[in-house]
Amino acid sequence: MSHEELTERVRQIIASTQHLPPEKVTADSTFQELGIDSLDGINILFAVESEFNINIPDDAAQNIRSVRDVIDGIAALLKEGQGGNKEPVRA
Amino acid sequence: MNNRRVAVTGIGVVSALGHTRQAFWEALSAGRPGIAPMESIAPGALRFPNGAEVRDWDPTRYFTEKDIGLLDRFAQFGVVAAREAVADSRIDWNDRLRESTAIVTGSCTGGQTTEDEGFVNLYRNNIPRVNPLTIPRTMENAAASRISLEMGVVGPAYTVSTACSSANHAIGQAFWMVRSGSVEMAITGGSEAVFSLGFLKAWEAMRVVSPDTCRPFSKDRRGLILGEGGAMLVLEPLDAARARGTQIYGEIVGFGMSSDAFHITQPSPEGAARAIRAALADGALQAENIGYINAHGTATQANDATETAAIRKVFGAHADRLAVSSTKSMHGHTLGAAGAIEAVATLLALKHGILPPTANYTEPDPACDLDVVPNQARPAEVEYALSNSFAFGGLNAVLAFRSNR
Repeated sequence: MSHEELTERVRQIIASTQHLPPEKVTADSTFQELGIDSLDGINILFAVESEFNINIPDDAAQNIRSVRDVIDGIAALLKEGQGGNKEPVRA
Repeated sequence: MNNRRVAVTGIGVVSALGHTRQAFWEALSAGRPGIAPMESIAPGALRFPNGAEVRDWDPTRYFTEKDIGLLDRFAQFGVVAAREAVADSRIDWNDRLRESTAIVTGSCTGGQTTEDEGFVNLYRNNIPRVNPLTIPRTMENAAASRISLEMGVVGPAYTVSTACSSANHAIGQAFWMVRSGSVEMAITGGSEAVFSLGFLKAWEAMRVVSPDTCRPFSKDRRGLILGEGGAMLVLEPLDAARARGTQIYGEIVGFGMSSDAFHITQPSPEGAARAIRAALADGALQAENIGYINAHGTATQANDATETAAIRKVFGAHADRLAVSSTKSMHGHTLGAAGAIEAVATLLALKHGILPPTANYTEPDPACDLDVVPNQARPAEVEYALSNSFAFGGLNAVLAFRSNR
């Protein structure tokens, strides 16, 4: 997955989880600018974990405060070999 | 109407520190935590491996097989604690007393372990029928109802569910009923059983559970440790307790409540401070009277800093003369039972003149700069103490106690 594709998917996830217009969510947006509080944040991480089939450790989760933090965190986990080809579970 | 003074004359407790009041106090005063790798959940199923489980719980020691079919683990804890408290208080039951005794219990999540089991069978194992006893087992009032049935208590009986403040709200209501004269006795407390995979998975997703242990007020704290158990108190007018010559652990002297109206999960120092002030006012106490606070002290980053700020707001300079400890570091966070187990900790601390420590404490945090009684119990003669409970949903409940020494 290219960096652009990853960025786009993360923007879409955050926009839909937060009920925001996708154009408002950019890679440079901070959670504070988007009005995302701690509970919203863990909800976004839940959506991201399901979408990419990854497990984000609590310690890493605590330091995520921007869209770019999310993108970089996912990229690092995918590079570590998390994710794989499994289809995400759909309810 | 004149308010009556309210004495605590019986205590029962089941927790990760043991199945009895005595085991509880031995561990608590020794600063010995009951936190260990979870036995009820397969290793690796969760990001956090540890919990404060009630160990070696064999319900057949306390109940017939038929009764066990009707009682979820959370109700069993509540009933066994109530039996211990009632026996401890040496109540001489008669019909009039049974009519004027209240039962008020707290539980956050009721019989969810039963629900989890039944739904695994339904959804995963394709067993199309759910046990017909699921409903009476899961209702939050199951412990209150069973205590009523077993003891023949026919006065007011109900259950309060306000997440982590449930038991403090319950005890506060019972205290007010005895104080006002609307009942002559109350059996009150709370119980909880949290260890089912579905429920724990939801806590995992909240990202507030520690991957190692519970270190309240410590700079390196990493979250709460979930616990289970139950605790019950017997309350009655102080004069009646003296007249019948039974033991008196101490008095409940005040109860205060507030709602944050701030955020569904983030705590607010103003809301917590309002509940503390309300408890002081209800007991006609000055801030300077208080010598010990059994903190909510969950060991999340947010709670401990917010609770410290709330205590500083209410107590000002006196905050530096107070001892504050979180016994959740030993018995875990038992949610709807927390206020009851911590009321027991507070009452036994006053009775014995020993303040239980904040265990597992490693490093001071400037955001939690209180005297948290780190790691070692401390002898101290304290006349008045508080016990704080602050719930998700922003609902706060604080009890004030007085020593009988």
